[in-house]
Amino acid sequence: MQGMNEFKPKIVAFCCNWCSYAGADLAGTNRLNYPADVKIIRVPCSCRVNPLFILRAFQRGADGVILCGCHPGDCHYTTGNYYARRRMTLLFSMLDYLGIEKERTRVEWVSAAEGAKFAATMNDFVATVTKLGENKRLEDLRCKQQ
Amino acid sequence: MQRIGVFVCWCGSNIAGTVDVKAVSEALGREPGVVYSINYQYMCSEAGQNLVKDAIRDQKLTGVVICSCSPRMHEATFRKAAASAGLNPYMVEIANIREQCSWIHKDMATATEKAIILGRAAIAKVQLNAPLTAGESPVTKRALVIGGGIAGIQTALDVAEAGFEVDIVEKEPTIGGKMTQLDKTFPTLDCAACILTPKMVDCAQNENITIFSYSEVQEVKGFVGNFRVKIKKKARYVDETKCTGCGLCTEKCPQKKVPNAFNLGLDTRRAIYIPFAQAVPKVATIDPDYCNMLKNGKCGVCAKVCTAGAINYQQQDEIIEREYGAIVVATGYNPIKLDNFEEYAYSQSPDVVTSLEFERLTNAAGPTSGTLLRPSDGKHPHTIVFVQCVGSRDTSGCGKPYCSKICCMYTAKHAMLTREKYPDTDVYVFYIDVRTPGKNFDEFYRRAVEEYGVHYIKGMVGKVTPRADGKLSVQASDLISNEQLHIDADLVVLAAAIEPDKTARSLGTMLTASMDTNDFFTEAHPKLRPVESPTAGIFLSGVCQGPKDIPETVSQAGAAAAKVIGLLAKNKLTCNPCVAHSDEWMCNGCSSCEKVCPYGAITYLDKEFRMPDRTVAIRRVASVNEAVCQGCGACTVACPSGAMDLKGFSNRQIMAEVDAICKE
Amino acid sequence: MTNNQRDQEQVLRSSGVNVLKCMRCGKCSATCPSYDEMEYHPHQFVYMVEKGQIDRLMASPSLFKCLSCYACIERCPRGVEPAKLVEAVRLLVIRQQGQNHLKPGDIPALLDEDLPQQAIVTALRKYSK
Repeated sequence: MQGMNEFKPKIVAFCCNWCSYAGADLAGTNRLNYPADVKIIRVPCSCRVNPLFILRAFQRGADGVILCGCHPGDCHYTTGNYYARRRMTLLFSMLDYLGIEKERTRVEWVSAAEGAKFAATMNDFVATVTKLGENKRLEDLRCKQQ
Repeated sequence: MQRIGVFVCWCGSNIAGTVDVKAVSEALGREPGVVYSINYQYMCSEAGQNLVKDAIRDQKLTGVVICSCSPRMHEATFRKAAASAGLNPYMVEIANIREQCSWIHKDMATATEKAIILGRAAIAKVQLNAPLTAGESPVTKRALVIGGGIAGIQTALDVAEAGFEVDIVEKEPTIGGKMTQLDKTFPTLDCAACILTPKMVDCAQNENITIFSYSEVQEVKGFVGNFRVKIKKKARYVDETKCTGCGLCTEKCPQKKVPNAFNLGLDTRRAIYIPFAQAVPKVATIDPDYCNMLKNGKCGVCAKVCTAGAINYQQQDEIIEREYGAIVVATGYNPIKLDNFEEYAYSQSPDVVTSLEFERLTNAAGPTSGTLLRPSDGKHPHTIVFVQCVGSRDTSGCGKPYCSKICCMYTAKHAMLTREKYPDTDVYVFYIDVRTPGKNFDEFYRRAVEEYGVHYIKGMVGKVTPRADGKLSVQASDLISNEQLHIDADLVVLAAAIEPDKTARSLGTMLTASMDTNDFFTEAHPKLRPVESPTAGIFLSGVCQGPKDIPETVSQAGAAAAKVIGLLAKNKLTCNPCVAHSDEWMCNGCSSCEKVCPYGAITYLDKEFRMPDRTVAIRRVASVNEAVCQGCGACTVACPSGAMDLKGFSNRQIMAEVDAICKE
Repeated sequence: MTNNQRDQEQVLRSSGVNVLKCMRCGKCSATCPSYDEMEYHPHQFVYMVEKGQIDRLMASPSLFKCLSCYACIERCPRGVEPAKLVEAVRLLVIRQQGQNHLKPGDIPALLDEDLPQQAIVTALRKYSK
């Protein structure tokens, strides 16, 4: 069913430079497929991701946002991923309250050796978001007209 | 507006095979701000790099976007190329269209579309890039080693050997640490003093090494390359420069009933003392808790007998301030207190001893001159029970959850030496597991069993009861024969768990060096950076990082020294320019950023500000030390006023990327 | 699911003990005052529950030799609590045989304020057999 109306979600993935971005590179090196709907933004650490970035993504029409960081205890900056986990827990429950389903947001730990996990995670996340359909809840239409 | 050049790489067919590179460079060429856009077979090749350099010069580019492989691969290459063409290297951004596009997608149309979006995101980011300059800071060519045990000694010797000055700060009156108290060392059984004391003397004689004994670190300020440390030299009431270490005072002092800490209280010493014969520095110290002269002004015998006139009852603590480029933590360990293990009757019977006490009981320089005698009645013990894992591997809260690592081997050593010297003794060792992973370690343990007939029993001792006849009744389980044993022992030796020295926690706070829940210092990377603390310029040596035996400690000490030498050999440190930066006008001085910073890079200053109404206000604002900041960005999110931002990954840059990706 | 598996689950649930925490040091058996009276000793108890050999435990008189003195719980370095397993298996025996000699209504009158409740219940079960 390769119709014109087929829904293609917009997914923003924030990946920390040291583990997850390297994990994404490894997925590429191993030619592991995942949907092109995922676009990766490189950040130094998962704790660099300001909740505002995620709100901005939803405001601009993203259908899902995923944040990937080093496994707990493996953070290049020792504690960054713990901060990220705490901040995102709060943010995601607030987003859920605003009507952005919990399934549209995710925090995942991907190490630099887990190319396969990165691809599997992205496949799963895209499938989940696709099932949920388009996200209109926070989208600011004024941004689109520009 | 930036003048941006876009360079799309084919990477042979790696990218061009699935991405229509021509379409990408055309599409990106139409983006606002882009003045030049081409594609080429191998952008990273000499010719490709020249394309970039030429375009920077000819087109007067202010920003460059390379659509190629991962920035982890060639970001540095292209930054260097840009720099050589006169463009600030941080004006280069990479769009990863190989690992994150061409290699994972099979459909040309999809991959091309994604490549264009990734390119757009990079262009959007580079629009907001600002030239960054890596700062430089000088390096003080001197190292501080905190702790003068074997770890600290080895690090100091190795650093001094390379020609750098080293100071050792040791809180006891002599360097040498725990190793001075040991008798023999496993698995070769050479005598600890024979191999350690020459190294101690080397330290004293090395002109690059200064020993601050009986001293403690009181304050640490500064950062990598530029630490300022206050050292408190405690009053020892003896002039170090005058004392010859003759020891006459320690013989004449009338206060004889002071528990001898060096022998773990198994005998007594005088109020003025030299811990042991080979002490370095060999200088007497007065114990102010016991000295009659210091307590009530009546005595003064030591001052009378001292021919060098070294005694000074008026001596005060002295604060010394020194500068260092690197700091090595080598604070070592102590056996745990056994208050939580009353079932072993340690506090009830003098014949229940710890393994370290057993070392003193068998040491030729110990209280019994090396003859193994029971502390209670001075008789020769015939049955000795060794209990392993006392407080180790204990998650019940009474002990420590980790394995203390050294106990299996030293217990095997004790058992073997006892059987060798006193073949008439029965020696039992109760173990949970015997862990002997080390060169010649398992062979050593097996020798204890096979050649020396030590009874190794898989099981634990449940209870030790002192009896009226002086025997210790030991109740234990033998899990292999599945029976409960009752042994009448003369001596019970407990392999107490080891824990980091009590001073480690406060030191860790001073150094902003992170520690685990057990107060061991954490390493920057558990596998790849095992001797560095995550805090730049702080290095770890010995048991302060985790339980270790002597060979391991010495190799780690050498590794730490190598890292220190590498640091001190530099004249200037180049800092990572992608660091946090606070806008002083927006900062409200709330301290949120300071609290989340894992490196202690943020401090607060009271600064004068000329306000719009021409008044001058003093405001408390955050200030980032760029030499210490590692650029994680935790503070930027914690900042409630938006004053804190990260250079190279600023809020606006990341939002611009988000916008570009989400655009239709 | 076999009977043993079901019983194992029941024992683990009602005791709240995590048998996987056991590192086989044997300190429970080293410390047990009724060791010599037992066919299966405390450390075996933990191991047998882990292996799901509940039927053998239920059939063994060892079950009622345990004094519930809790020395094993007190001394265990891993916080495994073997005595609680014994208690749980005893409960299973009683429930399965339908021989609970104590009716809930009788309990308040039997309680002695100076005695821990657990001890009373244990004693009743043991001696009313």
